[in-house]
Amino acid sequence: MEDISRLSTVQMDVLREIGNIGAGNAATSMSKLINKKIDMQVPSVNVVAFDEVMEMIGGPETPIVGIMIHISGEATGKVYFILSIEEAESLVKSITNEHDFNLLSDKEPNELVLSALKETGNILTGSYITALSDFTSLQMQPSVPYLSIDMAGAVLTVGLIEVSQVTDYAIIIDTKINDSESADGIHGNFFFLPDPEAFPKIFKVLGIENNG
Amino acid sequence: MDDTQIVVKVRIADLNIVKAPHLIRTSGLGSCVGVVLYDLSRKVAGLAHVMLPDSNLAKQLNMNEFKYANTAIDYLIKELCTNGARKYALQAKLAGGAQMFQFESSNDLMRIGPRNVQAIQEKLRQYGIPVVAMDVGGNSGRTIDFDPATGNLKIRTVNKGELVI
Repeated sequence: MEDISRLSTVQMDVLREIGNIGAGNAATSMSKLINKKIDMQVPSVNVVAFDEVMEMIGGPETPIVGIMIHISGEATGKVYFILSIEEAESLVKSITNEHDFNLLSDKEPNELVLSALKETGNILTGSYITALSDFTSLQMQPSVPYLSIDMAGAVLTVGLIEVSQVTDYAIIIDTKINDSESADGIHGNFFFLPDPEAFPKIFKVLGIENNG
Repeated sequence: MDDTQIVVKVRIADLNIVKAPHLIRTSGLGSCVGVVLYDLSRKVAGLAHVMLPDSNLAKQLNMNEFKYANTAIDYLIKELCTNGARKYALQAKLAGGAQMFQFESSNDLMRIGPRNVQAIQEKLRQYGIPVVAMDVGGNSGRTIDFDPATGNLKIRTVNKGELVI
């Protein structure tokens, strides 16, 4: 298998564009969901060692809320929507009437809180994947959303298992979105981790040679 | 002798060794397993942050032997023995191998945690190294600290507190 950790400038540009299209669509959905304007930052394409993946969101031990969707179809991979604990709590508060809960307590938060998070993740990652699928004309089906509230290292490793059989580097298309109306608003990260076999397919349908 | 205690950090798919009074740590274990091998009376220990069960699954040319249960344990034992440990005195403690997301699918890759634990136990059995304690499975991430002076493995989780095995 070719070394996926060496990307040309054109390939990087294409992946950045993919992040742009996916997260752009997701930001629009988010905006409708919480009825606020959402800004999106320019996506970054990172070719990183596994431990650097965790560093991108504060280190392996940092507690995060991770909602993951597995993509099956012609181009497979994982999409994560990642929030800090505080951000996830304020997101739940803004879309439900629940105010009295704590995502890190030793007892499970109530079902409404968890399903609000999962459903948000479902809508956002779903619109991300739909946009990608339309743009590339590759068939991509999202799984149901999986939720984990735990250490970043533990949550994100799940997304690295597939790629770890081929290399020690992951290619992550990272896009941050922010609620622009309030200083303590929602900030979230989308991580798109295509499986190694997906890259040649994506590049091919977009008219880029593998080693271009 | 320098008596400042340092904490040697082991990253994902990596390993290292430590001698008392220092500690060794790895953070954010999910489906990965932290394997500690130690010779208590020589006060030397090694820790591997194992990601995958078997290097025969590797589809990679320049394989990272620290990533797989079998190759990481081979390497760790060799490294410990060149640093004063005696092979016959080695003992093991394990932590990790959780399932972070509750998948319905039975895809093998999704069950990687239990498979890692199994592969490690099998490898240690071949070497005749006893697993004296372990905290594996479940669905919580773990950060672990090992003290080669006492043989204590401290396990920290986000919402289930701390445990020493």
